[in-house]
Amino acid sequence: MAERLSLQQRLPVGALDTRASGWWAMIFVIFTEAALFAYLLFSYFYLAVQPHVAGTFPPGGAPSVSLALPNTIILLLSSVAVAWAQFNIEHNRPNRLAAGLGAGALLGTIFLVIQYFEWAQKSYTLSSSGYGSLYFTITGFHMAHVVVGVIMLWALCVWSLMGYFNRVRYVHIHIGALYWHFVDAIWLVVFFTFYLTPLFGLKS
Amino acid sequence: MAVSDYLRVVTATPAKPALAERLRRIWETPAGIGGWISTVDHKQIGIRYIITAFAFLIAGGVEALIFRLQLAGPNLHLLTPEQYDQLFTMHGMTMIFLYAGPVLSGFSNYLWPLLLGARDMALPRLNALSYWIYLCAGIFLYLAFAFGFGPNDGWFNYVPVAARAYDGGPNIDFYSLGMILLGLSTTVGSINFVVTFLRLRAPGMSINRVPILAWGTLTASAANIFAIPAVSLAFFLLWMDRNAGTHFFDVATGGQPLLWQHLFWMFGHPWVYAIVLPAMGMVSDGLPVFCRRPLVGYTPVALATVATMVLGFGVWVHHMFATGLPSVSLSFFSAASIIIALPSAVGVFAWIATIWAGKPVFTTAFMFFASFIVLFTIGGVSGYMTGAVPVDWQLTDTYFVVAHIHYVLIGINVFPVVGATYFWFPKFTGRMMDERLGRWNFWTMFLGFNLGFFPMHISGLLGMPRRVYTFADGMGWDWLNLITTLGSFVFAIGVLLFVINILVSHRRGRIAGNNPWDAPTLEWSTSSPPPAYNFVVIPTVASRHPLWEDRLEDNDRQQRSEVNRGLALDQGRESLGTTALDAELDVILKMPKDSYTPVILALTLTTILTGLVLHLWWLAIVGALATGIDIIAWLWPDATLGETAEPARG
Repeated sequence: MAERLSLQQRLPVGALDTRASGWWAMIFVIFTEAALFAYLLFSYFYLAVQPHVAGTFPPGGAPSVSLALPNTIILLLSSVAVAWAQFNIEHNRPNRLAAGLGAGALLGTIFLVIQYFEWAQKSYTLSSSGYGSLYFTITGFHMAHVVVGVIMLWALCVWSLMGYFNRVRYVHIHIGALYWHFVDAIWLVVFFTFYLTPLFGLKS
Repeated sequence: MAVSDYLRVVTATPAKPALAERLRRIWETPAGIGGWISTVDHKQIGIRYIITAFAFLIAGGVEALIFRLQLAGPNLHLLTPEQYDQLFTMHGMTMIFLYAGPVLSGFSNYLWPLLLGARDMALPRLNALSYWIYLCAGIFLYLAFAFGFGPNDGWFNYVPVAARAYDGGPNIDFYSLGMILLGLSTTVGSINFVVTFLRLRAPGMSINRVPILAWGTLTASAANIFAIPAVSLAFFLLWMDRNAGTHFFDVATGGQPLLWQHLFWMFGHPWVYAIVLPAMGMVSDGLPVFCRRPLVGYTPVALATVATMVLGFGVWVHHMFATGLPSVSLSFFSAASIIIALPSAVGVFAWIATIWAGKPVFTTAFMFFASFIVLFTIGGVSGYMTGAVPVDWQLTDTYFVVAHIHYVLIGINVFPVVGATYFWFPKFTGRMMDERLGRWNFWTMFLGFNLGFFPMHISGLLGMPRRVYTFADGMGWDWLNLITTLGSFVFAIGVLLFVINILVSHRRGRIAGNNPWDAPTLEWSTSSPPPAYNFVVIPTVASRHPLWEDRLEDNDRQQRSEVNRGLALDQGRESLGTTALDAELDVILKMPKDSYTPVILALTLTTILTGLVLHLWWLAIVGALATGIDIIAWLWPDATLGETAEPARG
């Protein structure tokens, strides 16, 4: 023990930035969610390396990226919008905060709509083969996370418009944005797995 | 508004009765049913966890006694095969998922804030949620059992036996969804432990001064965060295979049954350590008190705890040695399984050295803690044996493995938990447990356990397969099984004595006082039972043994721990946030009031799963909507928690 511990000092009160327990909790929520996706993708790769009839994994060869690639960019843009919102509340511009959150939520909603069309044009279904089960379950898990994130972004947007936050007190934004960036980042992994690895030869 | 608008000058104040009275009014949950349901007090939640887990222990025990009667001799037909399947599966599921994990969560929920010098867990409402989901999941699984739909394919539930084609009833659907619900409880509870460990330790309690129990539960919780998704996913995929026509585990259509085993054991093996490491932590903290000296080798024990868990993630395939995997895989996992004996042995030698170098006081708690070392060693050695592939091929799916799992789970979980109950009961209730009855309790349990379970090693070596509902005579297993059944009943009498001791001592036990064992850690500095706010002032910690500093000969320290003078934090429910490693002052945390949102959320989540299992899709949708509304209400920015722009109030 070198120094004496001084108890006389000025301490911040309440939920602030990375000092809020909720922020730490979200970090570990993300760890457990990331683990969930790791196990989902493990399931994909585990089944991918089992023997398959040629041309059945994925059915009809590597899936087209004509919808998935633009949709990936839309999802990334939503993260940019949310990051812009975070930047603005740190500079005490609550209107731009709300606009950024709203834009993020809107882009997330567009992602869901396009994803619906992506699902609708597939030639296989959830129950037609092991691959179909994997594809719809894993992208479905991700879509469920996007739905939760979009609802969350709308709630944060409304709360911003209600004037709950300022440049110091915005822990909800801080935590919500963390989740949203995670949902976007994990999509890149899902996208890579389903759309790109078959192009690299992981198919039969 | 700038950061300075949200600052408060704090200073150390003495712990005075007027302050205690003010804190009591702030923290105490009102009496009555409303307060009982809405409380977020970690001590009430902890006690509920422990009582619920003990209730499941008794249920699982009774199930075992029934099928031990069936196995008392050859060719008995007390139970049909179907009844036997449900009973042994319920027994395993109950003991492993509804007793062994939750009981440790209960102890840690109660003890952590007291050990760490905090006023509550970091996330009190999440804590309440964790308990209510656990209770709902337990009721969900037991209601299914009551209607004859209990799980019936063994607790690890292998496909294809558990697939729709071979197990057509709703049994496995209940098991799958119940386990997903229970997984949520464990996950949110684990997150709460990790955040509490990182953020709510008393000032000065740097991570090398934390009680080992906190290390044990921290390690287990961190593991759960990564391991639980595997089993929740496995059960979800199985439920999909059974109900939505997917093909994850069906080899004919591009699936693979071994995927189940991988996902299950990627969770299952870390879980084994998650349900023993906190119990080992109890021994590491409790045993030295009765040896009248600090634990020998604090740092190696803490590091070994973490190392065991890390290695524990790399051994899951030793449950799958007989599935025909490539030999390179078997070699790797066999080596990892054998290496894990090293960190496990660190603890054993530390405990033995603590007894050796100390002056043991032979209380009942000491007897349970010390006997745990013996049982752990026996269970460890049989595990080490089956870690070798050729031995495993001989012994897998025999009673030898059943003996191993019981020496591990009863030896490393039940014995420490019973010891910990004798040790901390005075803190929980303000009364001592009866020592005389305690001796009877200990010797009945210890002798009954060894009488019952040791012969299983031999019946396993003689080739008796596990999970058979009866067996033919002339196999050489008759007298071994009779002894096992007798032993299990003696053991059950021991558990009964334990329950009786709790009930009697709760009313008539000797008054304990703050620190009846003259123990060194913070929980013993406050009253027994502790007040709702735990500590009148936030303690300051300068060593691993805040209450033993006067007598330990490390007098070169410049500072002493302080429990009677510290921060008051009395402007509403507040606790102190400190930095993750050094525990320096960081923030005043506003703690939530009592709330109905956790119990409602547990009920809405249960509604979803009830809808899914009964195929009442509208019910699941209603449950999902209610869940969403409840979560939004929970998270609504709250000025009293310092979450909104207005300056923090009172």
